[in-house]
Amino acid sequence: MATTMITTLDRSTRAAARGLSDISIRNLFIIPTVLFLIVFNIFPLIYSLGYSFTDFRASTNAPANFVGLQNYRDLLNDPYVWSNFAITAKYVIVSVVGQLLVGFGVAMLLNRDIPLKGLITTLLLLPMMLSMAVVGLFWKLLYDPSWGVINYALGLGNFEWLADPKMALYAVALTDIWMWSPFVMLLSLAGLSAVPKHLYEAAAIDRAGPFYTFFRITLPLVAPILMIAIIFRTMEAFKTFDLAYILTSQPTAELISIRLYKMAFQEWQTGRSCAMAYIVLIMVLAITNIYVKYLNKVKER
Amino acid sequence: MRKLVTSMLAGIGLTLACGTSVYAQEKSLTIFWAEWDPANYLQELGNEYEKETGVKITVETTPWSDFQTKAFTEFNAHGDAYDLVVGDSQWLGAGSTGGHYVDLTDFFKKHDLGNVMAPATVKYYAEYPGNSGKYWAIPLEGDAVGWSYRKDWFEDPKEKEAFKAKYGYDLDVPKDFKALRDIAEFFHRPDQKRYGIAIYTDNSYDAMAMGFENALFSYGGELGDYSTYKVDGHINSDKAVAALDAYKELYKFTPPGWAKSFFVEDNQAITENLAAMSMNFFAFFPSLINEASNPNAKNTGFFANPPGPNGDQFAALGGQGISVISYSQKQDEAMKFLEWFIKDETQKKWAALGGYTCSQAVLKSPEFQNATPYNKAFYETMFKVKDFWAVPEYAELLQQLNQRIYPYMIGGSGTAKETLDALAGDWNATFKKYGRVQ
Repeated sequence: MATTMITTLDRSTRAAARGLSDISIRNLFIIPTVLFLIVFNIFPLIYSLGYSFTDFRASTNAPANFVGLQNYRDLLNDPYVWSNFAITAKYVIVSVVGQLLVGFGVAMLLNRDIPLKGLITTLLLLPMMLSMAVVGLFWKLLYDPSWGVINYALGLGNFEWLADPKMALYAVALTDIWMWSPFVMLLSLAGLSAVPKHLYEAAAIDRAGPFYTFFRITLPLVAPILMIAIIFRTMEAFKTFDLAYILTSQPTAELISIRLYKMAFQEWQTGRSCAMAYIVLIMVLAITNIYVKYLNKVKER
Repeated sequence: MRKLVTSMLAGIGLTLACGTSVYAQEKSLTIFWAEWDPANYLQELGNEYEKETGVKITVETTPWSDFQTKAFTEFNAHGDAYDLVVGDSQWLGAGSTGGHYVDLTDFFKKHDLGNVMAPATVKYYAEYPGNSGKYWAIPLEGDAVGWSYRKDWFEDPKEKEAFKAKYGYDLDVPKDFKALRDIAEFFHRPDQKRYGIAIYTDNSYDAMAMGFENALFSYGGELGDYSTYKVDGHINSDKAVAALDAYKELYKFTPPGWAKSFFVEDNQAITENLAAMSMNFFAFFPSLINEASNPNAKNTGFFANPPGPNGDQFAALGGQGISVISYSQKQDEAMKFLEWFIKDETQKKWAALGGYTCSQAVLKSPEFQNATPYNKAFYETMFKVKDFWAVPEYAELLQQLNQRIYPYMIGGSGTAKETLDALAGDWNATFKKYGRVQ
């Protein structure tokens, strides 16, 4: 069955003249990639699973001892780890919802005939193209209470965005929203422009109000592509490291990836950090699965 | 055919050329250190060595924030990218027991370095475990936490008068921690965008620990017993609790947003007219007397960490020793460099370039003490310093300290006693995990 999926090789090409069959060309392209994946992804994944059951420390010469589920037990009983998870969940919700609202809103505004539409769209995409670390460093300066532009522009005086334990996480989320809303906007714009115009015309003839049109026509038709944006952004937000690491050191903004980094590369608790990475992996897989199930449902409709 | 022969000859020629250049590069050493001014001074010293011996010295650097990570990643991979490393004092345990550092005990004894270098530097930069007589590094850059202050603010007659009226004694370089607090409070004027004091608060590496230690040691407190690893009754003693409260009290008088500050921010507090006094490692003071980097250079003074209420006076130790990496292919060449480095005239040159020598003879010489406004404070400090744990699991201990002290200091949650009791519990559990206590 699989071979029928492959386009047959044109007999006049050089590859055909050399006697390469379709299957050998397919292998030529796929095998290096598969090998690459096995060596750099699958093998470390399995190897680290082994380490997660040991007390291995990469910084010493001491041999790794098998400790069973000890690492998992300790981690799941550690109140700090649980608070890291709670912080991460809060961060994911705030930043993804924020990006959806801003991104989709801007896309709605841009989805009409306005002058310089192409230029405006391109300019709006710029934040997304910067490096996370650079954005973090920029925003650290913008947030600065003594000479930052944000407090100056908003007249907030010495408001401490990053030093206030309650505000720090939201400040990081705000930066993330600024950076990644354009991504949601881009996908939404693609979705919006694909909505057939005749549906709106029909709605107008039936004298449907703008809210009715939005909730009954626009949203359902854009929903599948929005779901894809949500999946991408949720996964990315879950993994956020650089932004938060650069912006603040508040324990109230210590995301799970920062804790993992510290455990693995500052404390060199290799075994335990492998276990932690597996816990995170399982969580991300579970969340993504729920999303994908929902996405398929939305598509069926 | 002729073309083929020519290209083959060219190829052979090129290969030979590459081969000889590789041979020429063999006479070279790479030293790994963090990215800061002393590393540039070390490079200059290395250039002198190259002039004398023909061996090229390259000082490779990386920002402080990932110095530890990068160095240990290389060690753990048994890589030979670096021949020597100027490692932090806390790394000794991990470096020696992990087999990353070459044992320098014989070298140390042969050159009697125990008496040549200042005692504290030998104890904290070179020896592991404590009092074992085993040495893993040569003290290279002495460093400790000291203070800089705004002389012009302190010497203003109006300020002096107002201070005397409010506190009943003269405004001067703080004589003890109470005076430090009073002066910080006195100069803390948010409405004028002037603040009292700049301290370390960053919780990502050892900043918070170093800042807190300055208070802890001067208050007569201890982190624990370094030989028995007993922490309960030390880190949560009454003296330690009072010290933590004193350090938290100082946080009240810091500039706004002072919740992730380390050496960069603390120097900025002086250069940007933010604070009257600022805590920092001596290694960062050269840029404060340089008018190109500090517009207030002429008005910046320096003092050693003041004594606590009982007259104890200590400071937190920074600084590094230089170690030979056991995976290096050029260990003999590295040892030759160390022999050159410990010579008296090299140490003098090192000090003249801006390095903080650990050589007792140079430290005690009047020419060193008068060379800069802070050298005298440095000399005084280097004979009363104490350091953090140097065990291989020091990073876990640091993380636990950050996890407990930061929320109390910055977020104001709990009390000092609760914080330090909890920290004693964490540390005890960690020492138990590694079999140091029963």
